[in-house]
Amino acid sequence: MSETVRLRAALVQTKPAKGQYARNLAEAGAAFAQLAGNSPDLVLLPEAALTGYFLEGAVYDLALSATRFAGDLARVWREAGGQRVDLAAGFFENDGGTYYNSAIYVEIEPKSERIVHLHRKMFLPTYGVFDEERFLSRGHRLGVFKTRFGEAALLICEDAWHSIVPAIAAVKGARILIVPSASPGRGIEGAGDGELESVARWREMLRLAALEHGVYVLYAGLTGFEGGKGMTGSSSVIDPWGRIVVQAPPSEACIVRADLDLREVDLARASLPLLGDLAGALPDLLLDDELPLARTKYHAADR
Amino acid sequence: MLPIVEWRKATPGPPGIDGRVTADWLVTFLRDELVERRGIGRAVVGLSGGVDSAVTAFLCARALGAASVFAIRMPYKTSHPSSLSDAQLVIDALNLPSRTIDISAAVDGYLQYESDADARRRGNVMARERMLVLFDQSAKLKALPIGTGNKTERLLGYFTWHADDTPPVNPIGDLFKSQVWELARYLKVPRPLIEKAPTADLRANQTDEGDLGISYARADAILAQILLGYSDAQMVEHGFPQKDVALVRGRIDATHWKRHLPTTAMLSSTAINEFYLRPVDY
Repeated sequence: MSETVRLRAALVQTKPAKGQYARNLAEAGAAFAQLAGNSPDLVLLPEAALTGYFLEGAVYDLALSATRFAGDLARVWREAGGQRVDLAAGFFENDGGTYYNSAIYVEIEPKSERIVHLHRKMFLPTYGVFDEERFLSRGHRLGVFKTRFGEAALLICEDAWHSIVPAIAAVKGARILIVPSASPGRGIEGAGDGELESVARWREMLRLAALEHGVYVLYAGLTGFEGGKGMTGSSSVIDPWGRIVVQAPPSEACIVRADLDLREVDLARASLPLLGDLAGALPDLLLDDELPLARTKYHAADR
Repeated sequence: MLPIVEWRKATPGPPGIDGRVTADWLVTFLRDELVERRGIGRAVVGLSGGVDSAVTAFLCARALGAASVFAIRMPYKTSHPSSLSDAQLVIDALNLPSRTIDISAAVDGYLQYESDADARRRGNVMARERMLVLFDQSAKLKALPIGTGNKTERLLGYFTWHADDTPPVNPIGDLFKSQVWELARYLKVPRPLIEKAPTADLRANQTDEGDLGISYARADAILAQILLGYSDAQMVEHGFPQKDVALVRGRIDATHWKRHLPTTAMLSSTAINEFYLRPVDY
């Protein structure tokens, strides 16, 4: 059982002005002030939440250390009158000259903050409209970390598109998948049934991950157009039964709130015990000699 | 006997759209791009009497309000009268502020020295003159020129380089012509503009499909397959005539240059858009 039964989550669907970090941080502060009166337990912001996503070479102008980013978020949270909170957000990280697409999970106290976990995006889309690996290095580790709401994992955007990633996070103990994302919308031919096809696809994949593994999924999507490419927002909460609890519209900055009962994870897993089955069979699947796994474990800097 | 459930493969048609999803997305795009990012709440659209510029005007009117969308009609002396009257249908349907600027004198002012100019050259001069007018009106009205080129003509290279493709913002450039028609029906663009044969109207009795040698429906279906990576042989297997496939493939391959900025010689490791890479909205 998790330590805490209730989780009051708030997803801040940001619409950053491209490259204007200080301005976007101030706007995040304004959103935090809106939350302060009825303070949530966990606040989640999207991938590249305060810079915009498509930065090309400007990523080197805007990347920050994790400590600096955590400090900035904590400062504006406190200035907004917020109480103790956990906060997760995506940003471009500068780690001494190596650059990542990262997300942090921070515990913010009245006078201090602590980075509980730093995740570096493992799957950097570099095809079609995407060009991440041209500018960024990839992360090498999927960490599951302890929070006061139980074990959680951060998956950034494409990390969550590979069904094995949520699977491994869940087998490693995650009860909550936290997914900051920036998804440029596409697909208008009608297959999205009243939505862009990419929005429908995202929801279907997250819903299946939640359903199969009995996890809560918190998804925060960036919104706003970037040079003609519109980010699809649609921040959402999906419960461990695979039900959409709440979903934001695609195209406007907004705050999504949901009060979650963490005991649902146990109930869903009892009802559909697939995760236990997977944990038993996963070694057989992964240690199969026919799999091309003759690779190094992971990068030393990432441990 | 068991019943047999069989997948029968039909020759693919042109790609369709969800009209509401597409219109909403493009209206949001125009508001974000013009008002929020550029701080310009006004647009200027050259209305040709065709469906592309009509759809663009309808989208702009939804995004910005009709009073902020300036419609400019730019006839040449040989333009078909229906081009003017069909453009007027759009102006009336949306109640747009509008103006008609005849480009004949400006175009002929140059062409009087080029009596040997063929129809193609004359058409290019007209297209470039229209863009000159549109940009000057943009400066006068403090309104952004909005592009009206669709994906089909962009892929087939069926446009005048640095003329039709010049405006800094284009809402319909990722829509095939067939999709523009579908969006036009959703937006309730006046029917004559949807039903007439598309024409650049640069010379008498010209039609796009006559110039191109293929219908838009067929061209769009083939283009969609080419963009997904299908080979010519596969497309013929899918039921497209070899000559149509070859025509569309040939036009795409011959016009890549028209979809790019000018080729600049690289001399340094800081060359713009080669090493120095910044997004347009940075």
